[in-house]
Amino acid sequence: MSQNRVSYTLDSTLETVNSAEETAGRMAAEAGFDDEEIMKISMAVREAAVNAVLHGNAYDPTKKVTMAFEVTPKDLVISIRDQGKGLDASKIPDPLAPDNLMKTSGRGIFLIRSFMDVVEIHPSQSGTELRMIKHVHGNAADSKEAPQ
Amino acid sequence: MSMKSSTRQVDGVTIVDLSGRITLGEGSVVLRDTVRDLLSKGQKKILLNLGDVNYIDSSGIGELVSAFTTSKNQGGELKLLNLTKKVHDLLQITKLYTVFDVKDDEAAAVKSFTK
Repeated sequence: MSQNRVSYTLDSTLETVNSAEETAGRMAAEAGFDDEEIMKISMAVREAAVNAVLHGNAYDPTKKVTMAFEVTPKDLVISIRDQGKGLDASKIPDPLAPDNLMKTSGRGIFLIRSFMDVVEIHPSQSGTELRMIKHVHGNAADSKEAPQ
Repeated sequence: MSMKSSTRQVDGVTIVDLSGRITLGEGSVVLRDTVRDLLSKGQKKILLNLGDVNYIDSSGIGELVSAFTTSKNQGGELKLLNLTKKVHDLLQITKLYTVFDVKDDEAAAVKSFTK
C-alpha cells in the first residue's frame, strides 16, 4: 500500500532540475535512507531530470516534465517523464569504454544505474519515462536491474 | 547553490580555489570560463582546488574533463587538489580518477608541475 506519493508537472527549465533533486532528497530522508544514500538518490534524480529537460524536451517551453515520487514500505519509487522524441537506451554509449572515457558528456544514465537499485527506461513516441527504484534497507537482496 | 572561484599564484602555478556546486548551468560555466581565461593569458599550470566543492554532477564531471583536455591541447597542465569524498567517489566510478593527476597536498602539488 502506498504511504506517500507526490507528483508534479513542471516546465523544462533548470529550476525543475533543482526542484527534482530537492524533492528526491526530502522523500529519501522521509523513507529513512542515510545521508550517503540520500546523496546518491538525489544525484540520480538530478541526472534523470537533466535528461528530461535538456535531452528530452530540449528546454522547449511548450513541453513539460512530469515527476512522481512514491514511498512504500519497501521502496522509494521515482518516475520522470518528458515529452521528447523517446530515448533509445540501446544507443547510449558506455562511458567507461576507452574511446568514451574523455568525452565531456554521456555519463548521466550510467550514474543513475550506479546509484539506484532498479532503472527502467520506457521510450515512446510521446516521450520517455525513466523509472527508478531504491530499496529501503533490508530489501537490498531484491536488487536487480530491470531489462530495458 | 552556486559556485565561487578565485585564483592565486604560487611559484608559477595558478591555484583555482573553487567552492560550492559544479553542476549544469552556473557552476559548470564558471569553471569553463575560469580555465579558458587562464589559458588565454598564458597561465598554463593550473591546480584546481576542489576542497570546498561539495557536489558535482555529470555536467560538472564533463566540465572537468573538458578543462583537462583543453589545457593539455594548449600545452598546459591541469591537476586536481583536495577532492572531497563525494567527488573522489564519482571520479572512481567513472574511471576518471586515474586519468586526472590528483593531489592532496598543495605544496607537493605545486612542486609537481613541470618547471
